[in-house]
Formats: sequence, structure tokens, C-alpha cells
Amino acid sequence: MAQLPFIAAVDEGIHQEMRRDPNVLYFGQNLATTENHPFVAAYGTDRVRVTPISETAEIGIAIGAAMAGLRPVVELYMAEFMLVAMDQVVNEAPRFRYMSGGQVKVPLVLKAGFGFTAGWAGQHTGSLTALFMGVPGLKVVVPSTPADAKGLMATAIRDDNPVVFLHHYMLTLEHGEVPDGEHLVPFGKAEIRRPGGDVTIVATGWMVHRALAAANKLAGEGIQAEVIDPRTVAPLDLAAILKSVAKTGHLVLVDQAPRHASVSGIIAGEVAEQGFGSLKAPIVQVTARDATVPYSEPLEAFVIPDEERIIAGVRKALQGRR
Amino acid sequence: MTVQALSTERQVWVYTQMLRVREFEESVKRTFTESPGVIRGHTHLADGAEASIVGSLTLFRPGDAALATYRCHGYPLVLGSDPKAMMAEIYGRVDGLCKGLGGSMHLTDVKRGFLGTSGIVGAGIPHAAGAAWAAQIRKRGEVVFCFFGDGASKQGAFHETLNIASLWKLPVIFVMENNGYNVVTLTAQEDANAAAGEPLSVKAKAYAMPGVTVDGGDPLAVHAVVGEAIERARAGNGPTLVESKVYRLSAHGNIIAPPGVPLHYPEHEAIAVFGNREEYEAALRGDPLPRFRGTLINSGALSAARADELKNKAAAEMREAVAFALKSPYPKLESALENVCA
Repeated sequence: MAQLPFIAAVDEGIHQEMRRDPNVLYFGQNLATTENHPFVAAYGTDRVRVTPISETAEIGIAIGAAMAGLRPVVELYMAEFMLVAMDQVVNEAPRFRYMSGGQVKVPLVLKAGFGFTAGWAGQHTGSLTALFMGVPGLKVVVPSTPADAKGLMATAIRDDNPVVFLHHYMLTLEHGEVPDGEHLVPFGKAEIRRPGGDVTIVATGWMVHRALAAANKLAGEGIQAEVIDPRTVAPLDLAAILKSVAKTGHLVLVDQAPRHASVSGIIAGEVAEQGFGSLKAPIVQVTARDATVPYSEPLEAFVIPDEERIIAGVRKALQGRR
Repeated sequence: MTVQALSTERQVWVYTQMLRVREFEESVKRTFTESPGVIRGHTHLADGAEASIVGSLTLFRPGDAALATYRCHGYPLVLGSDPKAMMAEIYGRVDGLCKGLGGSMHLTDVKRGFLGTSGIVGAGIPHAAGAAWAAQIRKRGEVVFCFFGDGASKQGAFHETLNIASLWKLPVIFVMENNGYNVVTLTAQEDANAAAGEPLSVKAKAYAMPGVTVDGGDPLAVHAVVGEAIERARAGNGPTLVESKVYRLSAHGNIIAPPGVPLHYPEHEAIAVFGNREEYEAALRGDPLPRFRGTLINSGALSAARADELKNKAAAEMREAVAFALKSPYPKLESALENVCA
């Protein structure tokens, strides 16, 4: 086990797979501009390339390379830049296997950071996860720890489908234990970050850490929250969430996205339909307020969910007992 | 660099393939009247572009790949796909090339190198470049054919991809079939080069690659021009933009209508929208099929009787395809949930 920052763990996952499989490519803007770039040095410019600022072509090229048998990883930096090429992400990559009647596979990874609420204002701070999660054929990964960042990246590269790999920019320098050697984390398997019997909190990415901080404070009052991190939202481990709700009877969903563009809204719908009998009170969603993320620091903090709002959400969920 | 001319035998093969594409498209078109309701959605025919399609693929080798658009019936037929499976796909049947999941706009036959077809204008162009990157890495001299229309050259995907393909010297041949219309918009109404009286192949200049315009009604001319582009690509010298000037003899597609309204092919836009019957009639007079037939008969490559025989054979083959496809059952409902993920 090594202590690694999140962003280095992501790179480790890519290295792990590039070493074992010569079909893995890594490319994007502003990387691999010199021979000293660690990926160029290790794998050469056949497999590692810098691109112009051309997201449509970058992702489209990844699709074609994947259909021809390679496994591209596209470095997109920010999830918003995928919006420039949304056709390729939503209406090209996940369609070809299906439309061809299973003749082609499109194994590729779109690596993008998100949620950078560090003064980046309105266009570089979004939490767009839910935009991707409902697209049949597209997998969506949201790691919250360095170990998962490595293991989920490796799994994403081995997966035979297009995968949107969303790493949270606020976690970039967070350190954590990362297993040495080959490390894979399965898709569709939630992790219980903190066990508890009184209330279930579901969160992804950076919000997992805020949920854990809130849970620790609540523990001081004798409230034991169970914090569940789905790790991948497509596929979504709904069974793990339903199991926890069956135990606690209360559900708080934390999401950095605005409510109607959130993953939490989708989980809420599923639990309301499939787990209604377990619920002792209405589901509570703690999401971003319905606004573009503002630049000014206090306003930014006001818009996105924080520890206090999560604690308030838990209290509301527990008060609403029926 | 000059490309070796096609042998007489190969020229007859070209004509045969042109006939097969024409007869296939005629069969698709006839289905609208003979079997209403069998074809759903939107189909786009390649009649008029046969010389360009076949002339482009004369030097296709195993290991090469081709990608195209929603107007995609011609290429797989030339590459060896079974017209029965193609027609069954267009009819949404279980024996379809893509198990009925793709339909007319998304014919795919990976075994024959026909890798994919995007229904979104221009969106498939980078896919071809990606496949060409794979070919470049594999270093077996394989190339990728990228077919699209003039309309696609106004998409960002076209410009972004040509830039990267040239920069990386990818082994790809960009074949732009310029049929003079973006659906119902004349090229000169939407293209600055066309409006200025320039060929669309000048767009290649911006990306430091050769750009050539060719008469897409002459398969031998297309063979020569695309052949040179192929040699360039196989030699590692990068892509070429070929503007192949064709005239689409049918309307852009069948009428767009909700269920219950019988679908059919309307008159060509030249007449229906612009009232320019002369233009359309001139195009009919220049139809590449009788034109190439004349060329072959004049050169002695083919007798009139043999040419008729080839046409009848192609027509019979496509009649069989229709009969097969009509009898093919619909896929099982559960198959709609297969192939979502690999």
C-alpha cells in the first residue's frame, strides 16, 4: 500500500492497463508534448498523443479506434468539455454496439474532472453525472477515494463499453492508501463507507466526504448514519441502497448537482417505488440550489450542499417519521 | 504516381456492382408501393452515386475498413454483404445484417470491413480517423475509407478530423460525395466555396492535404483518383480529400410522416422545390449506369446482350432478396434488450 494523491492514483490505473495491454491508448489536449512526458516515455507516440482542442474529433477518433479493436482513454480535463461533443458521447459511442446487432464493441474511457467549486464560476464547476447515467450502453464511474480511482480506472479500461470516468476535482490532492500492483474495483458494487443503523445517506464523489463529516457530527448526538458510496452510477447498485434502507428506514440523498439534474432524483424514484415499504419517513434530497455556480466564495458555498445542510437533511428525515 | 488502369474483366465487375447497387435501391424504392408499411422511418438511396461508390472501392483490400453515413446501402453490397441480409435489415427482420436493430441508416458488416454508419451528419468522419489510427499503429499498410456528403463538410467534425488526420498522417481517404444538395438546400446556398464558384475539394488546402475533384459519374476516373489517394495513404503519406461529384437521382429520402401515412419517394428536390425539371432531366441523361454501359460496349469489353444479361441477373438477385426479407420473421421481443452492453 502506498499513500497517493487521488490524481496520481488515476494515473496508476492507466499505467497498470497500458503496461499489460498494448491496445490501450491515452490521448488528449496538452499532454504528451515532450518525450519526457511519463506516458510518452513509457509507451511511445503511437499510443500516447497530444491533440488539438477538438473534443468532437478526439472522442470520435476514440470511437473509431475502439471499433477497430483498440482501447482508448481520452483525457478531457473537465466534464463540461464533453458538452462540446455531446453527440459523440451520447449518440455515437453507446449506439454502435446496439445498432450493429452486436457486431462491434466500443471500449473507451472518457476521463473528465468535475465539480470544481474552487472559484471557477459558472462554466467549469458543474456536476453533470446525471446527464450521462440514463444513456443505455454508457457506463458512468464516480470514484471518491484514491484506491477506487485506480481500481475503477483499470476496470473502465478493461470494460468493453464506453465509460465516462468522472473524477472530482476537489479530491485531486486528497491522499489515501492505494493498493500496489494490479488493482481492480468492480462496477455496480456500492461501498459502505460508514456503517450505521439510524439513517442511510447516499453520496458520490466529494459529497461522500461531506456526508462522512456530517455523519461523524451526528454520531456525537447518538445518531448513527450509514454512508453508502455507489462508486458507479451506471450500473447502479440499487440493491445495496435498498438493503440499507430496509435496515434504517430513512434515506438522505446528497448530490452536488441541482435537484432536477441529479442522480439523487433518480435514486429517490427507485427507492420510492421499490423500497416504499421500508421507509418510515419521506426521502430527503440535499442537492445544489437551482442556480449556476456563482464565482464569489460565500455564494458558491451557499449554492452547493455542505455539512450543515446534510445534517439538517438527516434531522428532517428522522423527524418525518410516519 | 499513376494508378494502374482496371483490366477489362475488372471493368465488367465494376459495371456488375453498379447494376447490383441500382437494382437493390430500385427494390427498396418499390417496396414502398408493393409492400406498404414494410419499411419504416427514413431511407436514403444511393442511385446516381453507383459509379462513385464502386470506383472508390476497386482497390479495397481485406483488412481495410470503410465507414459511411445513413445513405449506406451501396458500400456493403460492393464489399460482399449478402443483399438478403441487407434487405431483411431494412425490413426490420431477424435475419437482418444487424438483427433488425439498426435498419436502413445503420447497415454494418464488420466481417467485410464495413465498420459503421452514423445517422448524424458528419459524426462518422472522426470514427474513420480513429480506425485509421488503429491501422497506422498496426503497420500493415491498411487504409480506411471515409464516405460522407457535401453537407457534412459544414460540420465541425469534418474540420476537426481533417486537421488531426493530416497532422498525424493517418491512412484515411475522405470521399465526399457532392450531390449538390444538402437535403433541399443547394450547395451554393450553404457553402462559401461553392458560392464562390470553387470546388469543395479546396477545403483540403486548409489542412495541408491534397484535395481533388473528380467526376463521380465515371467509375474509372474515380478509381484513378481514389487509387492515388489509397497509394498515398498506404505509403504513410497521410490522407486525401476527394470530392466526387454525383447526382442523386432520387429525393433525399422517402417522405417523413407519422404512422398511418403511407410512405413513398417524392419527386427530386430539383423539381419539387426548385421547379428545375431541366436540371433533373439532364441528370437522367447523364445517369452513370447507361453511361458506363456505353463506355464498355464501345470499348468492346461488353456486348449489349451481355450487359442486358448482367442487369437481369442483378434484378433477379434483388428480387430474391426482397422475397427472402419479406418471409423473414420479426426478431424476438427480448432481443431488444440484448446488445445494449458488450
